[in-house]
Amino acid sequence: MWTWFHRLASPPSFYVFAGRLAPWLLGAALVLLAVGAYGGLVLAPPDYQQGDAFRIIYVHVPAAWMSLFAYTVMAVAAFIALVWRLKLAEVAVVAAAPVGASFTALALVSGMLWGKPMWGAWWVWDARLTSELVLLFLYLGVVALNTAIEEPRAAARACSLLAVVGFVNVPIVHYSVVWWNSLHQGSTVFRLGGPTITWNMLWPMLVCMLGFTLFFGYTQLVRMRSELLMRERTTRWVKTLVANA
Amino acid sequence: MMTRRRRRLAAVSVLVLGVGAAAALALTAFNKNITYFYTPTDLYEQHITSHAVMDLGGLVQKGSIVHGAGMEISFIVTDCTRTIPVRYTGVLPDLFRDGQGVVATGRLNGDGSFVASRILAKHDSSYMPENVAARVKQADAEGRRNCGEFKSMQPTSASVAPLVRAEKHG
Repeated sequence: MWTWFHRLASPPSFYVFAGRLAPWLLGAALVLLAVGAYGGLVLAPPDYQQGDAFRIIYVHVPAAWMSLFAYTVMAVAAFIALVWRLKLAEVAVVAAAPVGASFTALALVSGMLWGKPMWGAWWVWDARLTSELVLLFLYLGVVALNTAIEEPRAAARACSLLAVVGFVNVPIVHYSVVWWNSLHQGSTVFRLGGPTITWNMLWPMLVCMLGFTLFFGYTQLVRMRSELLMRERTTRWVKTLVANA
Repeated sequence: MMTRRRRRLAAVSVLVLGVGAAAALALTAFNKNITYFYTPTDLYEQHITSHAVMDLGGLVQKGSIVHGAGMEISFIVTDCTRTIPVRYTGVLPDLFRDGQGVVATGRLNGDGSFVASRILAKHDSSYMPENVAARVKQADAEGRRNCGEFKSMQPTSASVAPLVRAEKHG
C-alpha cells in the first residue's frame, strides 16, 4: 500500500495519473450540475416563505460548502507540506488557493444578492458574514504570499504556514450561527436533529454540492499538473515529456 | 532525518493547538461584541438602560402589529421569554409579518420601548413548500417554534429586577 502511495506521490506518475482522472471528474461534475440545476430551478417547489427567491440556495450553499471544503483540503496539504516536505503537497496548497478564493467570493456575492430582498440589507457585520469574509482574505493572503516569494519551495512553505494557522477560522465560520446570534440563518442541512428542508428541495442541493466538489477536484488536478510542469521544468521527466509531445 | 520530521510534526501541531486555544480565548472574551443583536431577555437581564444605538432581535409577536399614520408601525418583539414594544417609521422588508423573526436597529426609549431606525427580517433555517407549511402552522398556532434562533447570551436566571418601566408597556 505504501509503495503504491509513494509512487503516486512522485511528480511524474502523479502527472500521468491526474491527466487520466481529470476528464472523468469534469464529465461527472457537469452531469451532476445539470441535474442539480434542473432539480433546483424546475422540479423543486417554491418555498412557503421566500417563494422562488429561495432558489439561489442551489448556488449559495454549494459555494459556501466549497469555500470550507477547499480550505480544509488546502490546510491538510499544508500540514503535510510543512512536516514531510512533500513536493506534491506544496503544489496542492498553491493550486487550491485561487479556486477556493473564487468559491468564497461566489458565496459572499450570492449571499448579498439573496440578503437584499429577504433581509433588507446587502451586508451586515454579523459573525457568519464577517468570518466568511476573513476566509476570503486568508485565501487571498496565500495567493499573495505565493506571488511575493520568488523561490517556489520557499513560497509554498510560507503559504502552508498561513494556511495551517488560518484553518482555525473554518470551524468558526461553520459554528458562527450556533455560537452567536446572527442575522444569517442557522444551518439547514448540517445540524443536530437532521435537515430542516423537505426532501424535494434538498436533493437538488446535495447533487449541486457533489457537482461543485467534483469540479473542484477537476480544477485541482489540472492546476497541480501545470504547477508541477512549471516547477520541474529542468528535470529529465519533463524534458522527455516535452520531447515526445 | 526521522528526528527532524518528528520535530517539525511537534512544532506544527503545537502551532495549530496554540492558535486554536488563542482563538477560543479571544472569541469567548469578545462574546458580547460578536453577537449581532440583543434579545429582549438580554436587555432585561443585563439591565441595559443605555440610549446608545443597538440591535434588538426576536419574533414579531402574533397579533401585535398596529399600523399608524403613513409608514408608522408598532409591534412587540418577543424571544418567548420577554417582550419589548418597538416603534418604527419607514420601509419594511417583504418578509415582515406576524410571527416573523426581525432585527431592529435603534435606541431604547425612556419609557422602555424601542425606537427603531431600521428593521431587517431574519428568517429561520426551514424550507418547505406551501402545503407542508400549512400543516406545520396548524400544529403550532402559538408561532413559538422559531425562538431557537434568538438565544439569550446568559442562561436565564430568575431575575427579580427587570426594567419595570418597560414591563408596563410590554
